[in-house]
Formats: sequence, structure tokens, C-alpha cells
Amino acid sequence: MKQIFNIIFSTQFFYSILRISTPIMFASMGALITSRAGVINIGLEGIMLFAALSGVIFSAASGSAWAGFLGAVVTGVLIAVLMSYVALVLKSHITLTGIAINMFASGSTVFILYLVTGDKGISSSLASKVMPVVELPLVSQIPIVGDIFSGHNILTYLSFLGVLFTYILLNKTVVGLRIRAVGENEQAALSVGAKPVKYQFIAMLISGVLAGMGGAYMSMGYVSWFSRDMVAGRGFIALAAQQLGQGTTLGTMSATLVFGMADALANNLQALQMPSEFVQSIPYVTTIVGLVVFSIAKQRKELKRIRENNSKTA
Amino acid sequence: MQTAAILSMENITKIYPNGFIANKNVNFELRSGEIHALAGENGAGKSTLMKVLFGEERCEEGRIFYKGKEVKIDSPLGAIKMGIGMVHQHFMLVPSMTVAENMVLGLEPEKAGFLDREEARKRTREVSEKYGLEIDPDARIRDLSVGLKQRVEILKALLRGADILILDEPTAVLTPQETVEIFQELKRLKELGHTVVFISHKLGEIKEICDRITIMRDGRTIDVRMVNEVSEQEISRLMIGRDVLLKTDKTQAKPGGAFLSIRNLNYTDAAGRKILNDINMTVRKGEILGIAGIEGNGQNELSELVTGMKKNRSGQILIDGKDISRKSVREIRELGVSHISQDRMTYGVAADAGVADNIMADRYYRKEFKRGVLLNRKRICRETDQLILEYGVKCDDREQPVRMLSGGNMQKVVVAREFSGDPRLVIANQPTRGIDVGAAEFVHKKLLELRDKRAAILLISADLTEIINLSDSIVVLHDGAVAAYFEDAKTIDPVELGEYMLGIKKMSREQTGGAVHEQ
Repeated sequence: MKQIFNIIFSTQFFYSILRISTPIMFASMGALITSRAGVINIGLEGIMLFAALSGVIFSAASGSAWAGFLGAVVTGVLIAVLMSYVALVLKSHITLTGIAINMFASGSTVFILYLVTGDKGISSSLASKVMPVVELPLVSQIPIVGDIFSGHNILTYLSFLGVLFTYILLNKTVVGLRIRAVGENEQAALSVGAKPVKYQFIAMLISGVLAGMGGAYMSMGYVSWFSRDMVAGRGFIALAAQQLGQGTTLGTMSATLVFGMADALANNLQALQMPSEFVQSIPYVTTIVGLVVFSIAKQRKELKRIRENNSKTA
Repeated sequence: MQTAAILSMENITKIYPNGFIANKNVNFELRSGEIHALAGENGAGKSTLMKVLFGEERCEEGRIFYKGKEVKIDSPLGAIKMGIGMVHQHFMLVPSMTVAENMVLGLEPEKAGFLDREEARKRTREVSEKYGLEIDPDARIRDLSVGLKQRVEILKALLRGADILILDEPTAVLTPQETVEIFQELKRLKELGHTVVFISHKLGEIKEICDRITIMRDGRTIDVRMVNEVSEQEISRLMIGRDVLLKTDKTQAKPGGAFLSIRNLNYTDAAGRKILNDINMTVRKGEILGIAGIEGNGQNELSELVTGMKKNRSGQILIDGKDISRKSVREIRELGVSHISQDRMTYGVAADAGVADNIMADRYYRKEFKRGVLLNRKRICRETDQLILEYGVKCDDREQPVRMLSGGNMQKVVVAREFSGDPRLVIANQPTRGIDVGAAEFVHKKLLELRDKRAAILLISADLTEIINLSDSIVVLHDGAVAAYFEDAKTIDPVELGEYMLGIKKMSREQTGGAVHEQ
């Protein structure tokens, strides 16, 4: 027990929460924006996987991490465009489209990897680059705080800027207002000239950008290579985080950090000779428990709202 | 007062892709500053005509003149730009957003690239003050009553500069009090020079606030009249092409023993509100017991408890002497109970399913409709075709999705299902709401037929004429309690009934005890 507390109350642990949350954070913001527009982007997983491979290939080919990052983002957008076109314009079912994208990603990334490297499992033969680590000026000097918040990959900071961006987009801009209107009452939006498909498309594109960055982080920050199916369910965890966040930016961010913490805990506990099956289930058990707790809380809140309305009219 | 025409539609013909001719050479004219009723049975083509005007549908033939110029209206946005606004029955509002946000949606004010909420509030307040329609710009739509939501819709149209306002059956969703309010609002709009199109088939309301009336039937314009020069009887005759029985001819009921007994029934909803308070009543075989009352006084809960759709109560409900508290909806129906829900689209029909499937929904599992584990399609087709004929459902064929039918025909599908299995207890909750006069008359006739076949009938309706004309005895519900009981509906003074409904008067327990009869 003491060992566990030693782990939890260490700066490394909190540092690792931020490190581990980064890819989920990007994806969950993408999930949030699309779900507010009324489309559930199941394909986040596949978009991240494509972007991760793309980042490795482009950075190796160009010798520049930033070129790799750009390649990853563009790839993310292209996959999102493909998905949107099929689902929104040609009207295939969005969930099925997402599943197709995920399976396509899982298979074709291995195929492309094989074509490029001759290896079907890992890209270690490619001289791919890693995004730079940033020491925050001043912050890095502060004890404890500096250890936790400084020295992260630049994409970790970018993911929090992504949260800020999402918040502003949804709550402070006209596009955000329309995205929310489209997601909640398509007919209402249509009747005042906000075309649902247009705003859903925009939301999908933004989620492509965000998931692209998340994918880039996986292969150019979290680790320095691409391996098959390396996204490992983070796209789905992001969807769960969005659900837990009840459609709010701050809620989604908090839920993502909770998942990041569960993941970090699982990573650390493995060092303690705990049964790995138990440890590895922690993030997923957290997801289920979280969904249940939040759903109960939501019902209570709804009930309270009804009661307040009643007392208002009475 | 003769003012110039602000808008005229000439020889409008609209044919739907399935070949249905909704409008045939229809002419329609609006004068500036009038409230103009557009009346007609369901399926007469009123909605289609207004959809053409609002740019939601395109007509095959015909011309539209607006303010003296010929115009082409090919989208709602185009109509709005011209100054034509429409308030739909289903509100075009986003529930989680504020009133101000909904008001400006589509023409949002911006400041430095961001949404300018202060300006949105200001615009909302301005238009609200200008028309004297009070609204809190910061209230969320989901917290508003139906009446206030409708007010937001009207303000939304006015903010967009609507000179002509089309209201599609605006009072269908309102309580009587809210109806009074919207009438005042409409009169104010008229004073300010706006022109209003009031789609309705409630003759009383048309008489009350409209100046002129255009009557449609079978996709044609039948007549245009000044409202004060035409009687309700005349309007209804023009609408359905024959005289309606405003007084249903019915024989004296010969009630037998109690079939449905409700004893000390209480119901509290999820939010802790007391909805039903110690209800005691019985419905006897061979009588129609009417439940009068302003909507929202516990009628819906009562009908859902009796049919088993709601549980969780104290007290007892006995059907044919059997306690139903532990019975499922199907078990209750098997006792001979049929139910016309007031919410047709949710509980009455499966809108995307066909006519046949909807009619079979309560009996498909019975032996006669099955062949082994499979359905006996042949038998089902025979049964439904016969019912379609018998109940006069106007549909292409038995497979046509119910969604495509008019409200009246949809209700006929419900009635065909609910009335055809020799029911012994009929719970008819608002059975004629939102359907045309002809279909309503049909439902009334069928209800009386069932009564004469010794079924017990509980009729719930907010329509006083319907209650008084059809019921043998009447119970008034107010605030979830029995406020009055009248043994003989024929002797009732409507004014007095209204006083009980509004809670001005209340009978003692001894007096309402008459509602309970022996088995």
C-alpha cells in the first residue's frame, strides 16, 4: 500500500498523467465538437492511426519533425473528409462509416508500413523524428510545479491549447452556435438557413485536425516509432470522455484527465509485481464506473431541474 | 374596411411526386392588416398551400404576387427575406440555448469575430418591447412553457422582418389560458399593421379573431367570406360539403354494472408533484363517462394508469373486478381494454410502419394470425383490408407508411385497431384532437355504437362540445381531484361546468360520491 502511495504522490506520476492524457485529449476534443454537431465520430481511432504512421513516414522522408507533424495533420483531415463525404453527403450511416474507417486503418497502415520498411510490426528501421520537448521558462524553476508541468512534448501543451480552442469555438463563435444548433435541432437550424451538412462537415474537419495531432503525438512524442494498432482504443476512450463530460469542454477535459490518471496508475503499478491483467483493466473499469456515476448524476440533475421549474410555475 | 391585397396566389397547382394532387388551381388572397383564417379538413390542402407560400414546396403551376410584383419563392429563407414568416406546429427552436441565441440564430451579430451576446439580448428586448410580447432573453428554451415557446417563434419571425405571419394550427398545443393570450398577441400584431394567416379548423376560434376566411376542400378553394357574415354551421358545411351533426343524436343510455372501478387512486410524478388525488369513480357497461377538465389536471395520468402504461400508485383499479396493479399492458388489453392515447404519434401509431402493421399491433401474436412461428400474411391482409374499408381509411394500400397519411386518417387507423376487437372498456383520450370534422364525427358515431354494444367508455376531452354531446355522465377533474359529478349530461349548463373546470366551484365528497356505482 505504502508503495502505491509513494507512486501516486510523486511528481513523476502527475507528470505522466499529462503525458499519457495528451493523445486522448486531442481526440476527446474532436469527439466533443462532432457530437455537439450531432455526429458521433467513431472513426477517431482510425484517423489517429493513419496520422501516426503518416507522421513517421513524412518526418523520416523530410528529416523534419515539423514536416512529419504537418503530414499527420493533413492525413487526419483527409480521412475526416473521406468519412464526411461518405456519411454526410452520400448518407451512409455515420457509425458504420466510422467502423469501416477503423478497420481500414488497422489493415492498411500495416500494409503501407510493409511497403515502406519491409516490416509488418514496427517502423524502427525508419529514421523518423520526434517533436521537441519544451522547458517552460520560469515555471521549470518552481519546485514540484515545474517538475509536473515543464519538460513536456510541445504537443502536450498544444493539446491544452486545443481545449481552449474548443471552448472558444463552441461557446463564443457564430460557427460554434450553429454547430450546436445543428446538433440539437437540425430542423431549427435549417429553417434559419444554417445548413446541417455544412456545419457537420466543419465539425468533422476540425476533429480530423485534432485527431491528426493526437496521432502525431503517438508516434512522434509518446514513443518514437510507429507500431501496428498503436492507438489501442484511445479514440474510443475519447468518445467515453466526451460522454462523461456531458457535452461541456471542461467536463470532457476533466474526464480525459481521469482516464489519463487511470492509465498512468496502470503503468506504474505494473512495476510493483501486481497481476498485469488486473492492472491493465484499471483504465477500462474506470471508464465503466465513470459512465455509471455520471449517468446517475445526470438523472438527478435533470430531476432537480424539473422540480425547480415546477416550483417556478406553481 | 377594404384594404388592398398585399399578397395573392393565383391558380396554384401542386402535385406531389407520388401523383397526389394537393392543390388544384387554388386562389388565395391576403389583405394588408387582416387576420385571415385558412380552414378546411385535414388533407384539404391548407398546409401544402402555405408550404408553397413559405418556399418549402414548389408548385407546378401558378403565380404569386407580393406587394404588387410577381415573385418566385424557392426557399424559406427567400420567404423570410421578403417578409413572410411561419410558425410551425413543431417548434424550430434549440432547447438548450437561450431565447436570445435562438432569436438571432442564422443572423448572428458578431464583434471581432466572436458572437455578440449583448447585441443578441438587445435585439431580443427591442422586438419584445415593440410588440409587447414579454420574454426573458436569458431563459433557456427547455425551461419555457409551450405558450412561451410559441411566443419566441413569433418574435423570431418578427425580428426577421415578417409582415405576413403564417400560424399553423397555433392553438392545438396550447392550454385555454394560453389560447386567450395568443389571441391578444395576434390582435396587437394586427393593430401594428401585420397580416396574419391563421390555419385552423376550430370554428369558434376562427369566429373570435379572424376577419376573413378562405375555406378549402379537396385541394380547391371553396369560398372566401367575411367571418362576421358567415355562421359556424355554414363554415362547417362548406368545409365538409354537407351539414355536420353538431348535436350528436343519441339514445338514452341503459347503464349496467360497473366495469371499471377506481378506488382512492393517487399518483405522484417523478418530480414529486401530486398529480392525482384520491380519485373515486366507476364506468358502467353501456355508458359513456366523460372526463371534463382543462388539460393538465391529471387526465393523461389517469388514462395511462388505467391502461397500465404507468404504475407506481396507491389505491386500486379494478377492471371487470380484477385488480390490474400487477398486470402488464398486454394482460390489461386482454381483459378487453382498448386505448386511444392523446399522443397519437408516440403511442397511437408507429409512424414509419405500414397501415396493416399498425392495425395488427395489438393482435399479431394471436393464434389466428400465425402459422407455426411465422405470421399468417394472408389472414392479416384479409383482416386489415376489411378494416381499412370498414373504417374508411384513405390510403394507397395497406403497406403505406402511416406517416404519409393525414391526421384524420392516422386516427382512423388507431380507431380501426382499438375499436375492432370487441372492446369491453374503451379509454378514449382526446380521440378527435387535430383531426377534421368528418373524421371526428365518424369517431363519435363509432363510440356510440360501442356503447350500445354494452362497452364501458371513458371519454377524456378538453373539447366541451364533445364532452357534453357524447357523454351520458360527466366527471370534472380539477387539480388532480374529482371536482364534480353529473349523473345526467343532458341537464348540464356549460357555464356551470366551466366553473367546476376552472376550480371556481367544487362539489363535496358526498356529491361526487355519485360517481361510484356498484358492480
